[in-house]
Formats: sequence, structure tokens, C-alpha cells
Amino acid sequence: MRLELRPRANVPWWANALSPVAALAVTAAVGAVLFAALGKPPGRALYVYFVEPLTDPWSLHELTVKAAPLILIAVGLSVAFRANRWNIGAEGQLIAGAITAGALPVLAPGVSGAWVVPAMLLLAAAGGAAWGAIPAILKTRFGANEILVSLMLVYVAGLLLDYLVRGPWRNPGGFNFPETASFPPDARLAELITDGAFSGRANTGIVIAVVLAILTFILIARTLKGFEIAVSGESPRAARFAGFDERRTTLFVFLYSGAFAGIAGAIEVMGTIGQLRPAISPGYGFTAIIVAFLGRLNPLAIIVAGYLLALSYIGGEAAQMMLQLTDRTTRVFQGVLLFAVLASDTLLRHEVRLVRAKTVAP
Amino acid sequence: MIAILLTIVTAATPLLLAAIGELVVERSGVLNLGVEGMMVVGAVAAFAVALSTGNPWLGVLAGAGAGAALSLVFAALAVGLATNQVATGLALTLFGIGVAGLVGEGFVGVPGVKLPPLSVPGLSDLPIIGPLIFAQDPLTLLSLALTAGVSVFLFRTRAGLRLRAVGDAPAAAQAIGLNVIGIRVAAVIFGGVCAGLAGAHLTLVYTSQWIEEITAGRGWIALALVVFASWRPGRVILGAYLFGAVTIAQFHAQALGVAVPSQLLSALPYLATILVLVLIAANRRATMVNTPAALGKPFVPDR
Repeated sequence: MRLELRPRANVPWWANALSPVAALAVTAAVGAVLFAALGKPPGRALYVYFVEPLTDPWSLHELTVKAAPLILIAVGLSVAFRANRWNIGAEGQLIAGAITAGALPVLAPGVSGAWVVPAMLLLAAAGGAAWGAIPAILKTRFGANEILVSLMLVYVAGLLLDYLVRGPWRNPGGFNFPETASFPPDARLAELITDGAFSGRANTGIVIAVVLAILTFILIARTLKGFEIAVSGESPRAARFAGFDERRTTLFVFLYSGAFAGIAGAIEVMGTIGQLRPAISPGYGFTAIIVAFLGRLNPLAIIVAGYLLALSYIGGEAAQMMLQLTDRTTRVFQGVLLFAVLASDTLLRHEVRLVRAKTVAP
Repeated sequence: MIAILLTIVTAATPLLLAAIGELVVERSGVLNLGVEGMMVVGAVAAFAVALSTGNPWLGVLAGAGAGAALSLVFAALAVGLATNQVATGLALTLFGIGVAGLVGEGFVGVPGVKLPPLSVPGLSDLPIIGPLIFAQDPLTLLSLALTAGVSVFLFRTRAGLRLRAVGDAPAAAQAIGLNVIGIRVAAVIFGGVCAGLAGAHLTLVYTSQWIEEITAGRGWIALALVVFASWRPGRVILGAYLFGAVTIAQFHAQALGVAVPSQLLSALPYLATILVLVLIAANRRATMVNTPAALGKPFVPDR
């Protein structure tokens, strides 16, 4: 007995929409088993994890706070993944962006004015892009493996941030805590709803994320560059015949995804955190890879997918408080979700058959 | 001198174990980026079983088993269902870190069980080699034996030739009647066992305690070592010991109070990895000849 995969001649339109839903259903089922194994009532645990956070304004705000960086990074990565280029170091590019954005208020503590926020966002984009350019240039110049180089740079960026906040950038009046001084008000992102029953911590970061997602959608669907990226990803040979420069595509997608991750880093430190610390991201750069695939590399679908993965973080926190479940379950969930997304993609694009006897070669 | 060499060997062993396993996987045409995940799960499984049974040998077995179990998930998806290997490997790493954190939560700060060093009559008393290899933990000896075994297997046996054929030209291999899927699944499981053993070494020998994310990127460095070795087992030994030396040099420099930020020293293994990847890639001929031609490409068997 063995499995046989046969590519479908034409994938029905509903299959594309259905595969993420199927993946979520599988993940929920695995989750139920996991909760039962941990001795928690599965139904209640799933409710606490995935439904309850949607029922009150406070957690909707928290959801938005976490969704914004995930959406931004995943949108950038979707461009790289479409080109079949593997930037898996977004976490490092996020940190680099946070550092370059934070440099402004740290080195010029008195900055004020409406120009500060856009300037910091631009600095962050430049910092993230520069960090992303390293693996791209080492790839195009020397042929170094971009997957491993981009990943190694995650550790290096983390250590660089650690050095800065414990060393030269440490807040002199901060009782030796490893953190910079708090950013001045003009270096912070504004909150969306500041008073009333629906007020909360969600800030303009989500607006930036959604606008950039829409712009990226247009880039992919409506421009020559988008076409170049798609051709380069699906058939490098065809791209060469068309005269598209492979190296330039590599550099472009790494700069693009690096810049987006950098902006995500700025949103984190200019939004809820308000200063630089040794740890500024709970692994957004890695989780965003799952977001990108769950959104099928479509920037608009990624907005929805970003909220879903944000829910896994918020749900994890809720489950920790209400069911004494460790937040490690969140990572397990996220891994299972990516497995399920990848598997359901194959299963919907192929006819799968169980073949009984071994076929004998003629 | 011997003492320093000893620490280098101990630091190198997990890298060597994980890299030699991944080398076989990649020679079969499969890129499993989940080494870090399999390693960390192997580490926690080994620690937990050794602690609860009091027997470190059962811990070693558990580490290998846990690595293999995780690699089966990868094999089912990336080989069986021909999913994207890069994404599946990443998922395996995320999943593995999550599972290990979940299982290991109660073990943080608990003293573990140490695997006793070998003592081979006659051999352990040899000068230099004796203390370095035969009076070390048994996994070090195993890692060297495995490397030699893999070298012989790949280049001196028919089965090894078949595995390389599957990695270079899966369609042609299938046409001459080889079971491409079966061979690749077997290779992936071997890689899982090796990564699990590497994890077991971390918690039973190297630190003998459980720390969250104890692997600290070693799985990724092992992946880079395979590239560094241009897919040749002998060169994996060289690479692993070189990286072991970098790790140890960093500790010694920190202890001596060298006037550089400790973070820069901690970053050395990662920076060295990048440097090595660049230098190796610049030598295109050696890389081109040995890179498995079908590496990372999903294979769907023809009927």
C-alpha cells in the first residue's frame, strides 16, 4: 500500500479558499487532543484560546497590537517567498529596524515635532533593509546560502541590541536596568481610540500595516516588478529568457522584506513598549512565516491570517491565566498550524489515492 | 593543553552528530531545516528519561527516539506529501522548540544525570588520543564512528550509491527501480536519530541540566557545517572541531576578561558561520561537484 499523488489538472476555485480553513480545523482538532493530554477540558480550553479574546474590547485592542507587526513582516516575506527566495531572518531585521528607529530618540532625547514619527519609520525601514541586504549581497556576490546567513544574523542582531541597551544606550537614570530611556511623546505612535468604553492600546501601527499590505498587493498584481517576481519564483529559466536579472530580484526581495520587518520593529518599540529593551519581540519574525503561508502569500489574505496568529498569542496568555496552561502551547499550535497549511495545500492540489499493489515495471 | 582540547571535543560532538545525520539526509536530496527542532526535543527527552529512570543510557535512547519521531512528521509531509521542504523544516523547528519548552517546563533548574565517561582498557591510557576520545563520553566516540561509517556507506557500498543516486537524479533512480520515497524517508529518520543524539549529548554530557532553548542555534550551525564540508563526511569532522574551538575560545576570552563586549564574543560562532559560508561558496568548483543535484526539490513519483 502506498500513497499516490497526481497533480489536479485544474484546481477548483473553492479549494484555494478552503485550504486555510481546513488547516485551521485540523489544528483545532490537534489542540483538543493536546489539551486533553494536559488534563484540561478540551472544549473549554479551545474556547478560552480562540473565542473568548474576541468578546471584549480590551483583548481586541491587544489582538490588533500583535497583528500589526505580524501582518507587516508577513506581507514583506510574501514578496520574497513568491520569488522563491528564502529570507528566514525577519526576526533579525525587525531588531535592526528597532535599533535604527530607536537611535533617534536615544541619541537626541529632546526631539519633538510631527516629523519624528515618520523619520523613525524611515530609519527603521532603512535599518531592516540594510540587515536584509547582507544575506542578499553575500548570495549574489559569493553564492553564500541565504537561508543560513539570514538566520545567523538573527542571533547577531539580538546580541547587538543586548549590547546597546546594557552598554552605551542604557538609561543613565534607570537604576541599572538594561533598557534605554523612555521615548519622548513625539516619538510614540498615537493610540487609535483614547477614550470611551472602546479605548485601548491599539495604535496607528495597524493602519500602517494595512496600507502597506494594500500597496504590496498592487505591486504584486499590477506592476511589471510583481510579474518579474512571480516569473522568477515559478520558473527561473523563463525569467532569464525574459531578460530579468536574477541578482537584482534577489536583492530587491530581501531589501523589501527587510524594510517591512524593520518597520514592524519600529512599531513595536514606538507603540506599546516605548523604549529599547534586550527582548522586544516574542518571535514575530518566525511566526510571520506561518502568517505568510496561511495567507497563501496574498497580502490581503495575510491581514486576516495576521489576526488569526495574533489570536494564538492572546489566547495563549488567556489560557495561561485562566487554565494555568503554559504559553509554550502557543508555539506548538503555531508549528502544527504551519504543518497543516502545507499539507492541505498539497492535498487540495493533488488527487491522492491509496494504491494497493506495487506497480510492476514492464 | 589536553584540558582545552577536551573541552573543544565536547563542544564539537553535538555539532558533529547533528551534521553527519543531516549530511545523509541532504545526500538523498532532502533539505531538512528542522535540525534545531529535532535536537532540542532530543535534548529534553534525554534529560527527562535519564532523570526519571536514573539511567543515562535510557536517556540517550529516548533522545534518539524523540529525534526520530519528529523526523517522521517531516518525512510524512515533505517526502510523502511533497510539501515545500524549507517551510516544512521551519515548521518542525518551531514545533520542536514549543514541544521541548512544554515538556521541559518542570525541569528548569533541576540537576540532571550525567553520562559516565568511557573507560576502554588499554585504549583509554594512550597518550593524547586516549583522554581525547576513549576516556570521553561514549557519544563522542559514537560521533566519530558514525562519521567513518557514513563515509564508508556513502562511497563504498551499493546502498550508499543508491542513496546518492536518489539525491542527484530521483526520476532516473525511480526509472531503474529504486524506491525513491522509501530511501528518502529512511535518510530523514537517520537524520532525526542523529539530531536527537546531539540533543542528548547537550543535556547528558555538555551541561547535564535543562535550559530553555538549550540548543542556541547549534542545529543551524550543523546545517551550515554540511555546506562547509561540501557534503563530504571527513570534512564535517574538521568543521565541527573548528566550531568547537571557536565556541571554547569565546568562553576563555570571556573568562580572561578580554576588553571586548561579551556580546561580540557570544556572536563569534554565528559570525564565523557566515564567514565560512561565504568562503566555501566562493570556491564554486568544490561546491558544484558535491552538491546533491536534486537538493530541496520535492519529488512526486511518476506512475
